[in-house]
Amino acid sequence: MSEQLQTTPSQTVGPFFSFGLVWPDGPFVVPEGTPGAFRIGGTVYDGAGVPVPDAVVETWQADPDGRFDHPDDPRGAVRWKDFRGFGRSATDPEGRYSLLTVKPGPLPVAGGAVEDSREAPHLNVSVFCRGMLVRLVTRIYFPDEEANAEDPVLTSIDPARRRTLIAEGEPPGYRFDIHLQGEHETVFFEL
Amino acid sequence: MPTYQPHTYRPDTPSHPPAAFPEYRSNVLRAPHRPFELLPQRLGEITGPLLGEGRVGPHDNDLTLGHDGEPQGQRIIVAGRVLDGDGRPVAGTLLEVWQANAAGRYRHDADRHPAPLDPNFTGVGRVITDAEGRYSFTTVQPGAYPWRNHDNAWRPAHIHFSLFGTAFTQRLITQMYFPGDPLFAQDPIFNSVRDPKAREAMVARFDLDTTVPEWALGYRWDIVLRGKNPTPLEEEDDDE
Ligand SMILES: [Fe+2]
Repeated sequence: MSEQLQTTPSQTVGPFFSFGLVWPDGPFVVPEGTPGAFRIGGTVYDGAGVPVPDAVVETWQADPDGRFDHPDDPRGAVRWKDFRGFGRSATDPEGRYSLLTVKPGPLPVAGGAVEDSREAPHLNVSVFCRGMLVRLVTRIYFPDEEANAEDPVLTSIDPARRRTLIAEGEPPGYRFDIHLQGEHETVFFEL
Repeated sequence: MPTYQPHTYRPDTPSHPPAAFPEYRSNVLRAPHRPFELLPQRLGEITGPLLGEGRVGPHDNDLTLGHDGEPQGQRIIVAGRVLDGDGRPVAGTLLEVWQANAAGRYRHDADRHPAPLDPNFTGVGRVITDAEGRYSFTTVQPGAYPWRNHDNAWRPAHIHFSLFGTAFTQRLITQMYFPGDPLFAQDPIFNSVRDPKAREAMVARFDLDTTVPEWALGYRWDIVLRGKNPTPLEEEDDDE
């Protein structure tokens, strides 16, 4: 067994990241025109309810079959080879971010003895901003998903706060606001 | 049928700053108040975007190129390796870097520091690690810059780094500092890392072997991403 090394510490993304981290195709998890694609986005708020204009929101998700084109998904991808699965959107001066994506499929639960145990469709989310020294991790679930009722992560959260993890339908897409702090504080996770 | 057994990643919270660190003033209204909930590491956590060559242009590893002339300042080379917590190289992973120019000014509309912009310097680079996890880029030494956190506050010179590794768990945004900076003691961002050894790991070292004669000073900085837990499956393999 080799020596274990300490992770390099996280530091703030700072106020001036946009010229380094903004990609023209960042918000496009899938290209425009992809069948079933929709916009999902919202506003990032601080503890005083003020929009955060210097945050960057990143998402990571399975393809619509619930698979990842990645060596650590033993099943791999079948229909969605080269699906990027990743989105990145810096917030605008009004604190808004927006991504174009498709709905992921449900995921098998690791080590699952129970065949019908699944994580409901969701996006993993990282939030970085000036003022935060570490990444904040949250999840976006979808409204009107029956699988939400059985999702092992959602059901582990206090029911009063669970709704902070569920997007609102805003046809033709979804809205997911992120409250860093305060009365409506979003549920954040440690991994 | 084999049970699906993921490679989970070891906890690394003690290396990182706390979520709440009020000495960094803009943290006060942005740090969550409620404790974090535990997110089990399943497929979506142990996988992550594998962003490769398509994201890097021909001059992206040399921040002194791409303009009409050469930027002002001390030319430097920053090189090192990206490793996981077991010392294994992280190959083919994207690094994104951004920084202030030699005068301590960012090419960003919100930067009001009255120091000159340099028409020959933007301050953005991208590189992909090779099979041994090595990266290298050329730039100029960034200047320190003032900010309004406290009276006479100055950020030590630094380069911002963003890395993906191979899993959502390994995502890291950090800053690299330069050795012996007299501004460390008063910087709450640097000192938000409470473990002295972890703090020291953010400081590059000057390296004569990386230094190119009559051209550029060399700095070495290795970056460590989260390491994996051993899996029961791996232990079985070892027995064979
Ligand atoms: Fe900075």
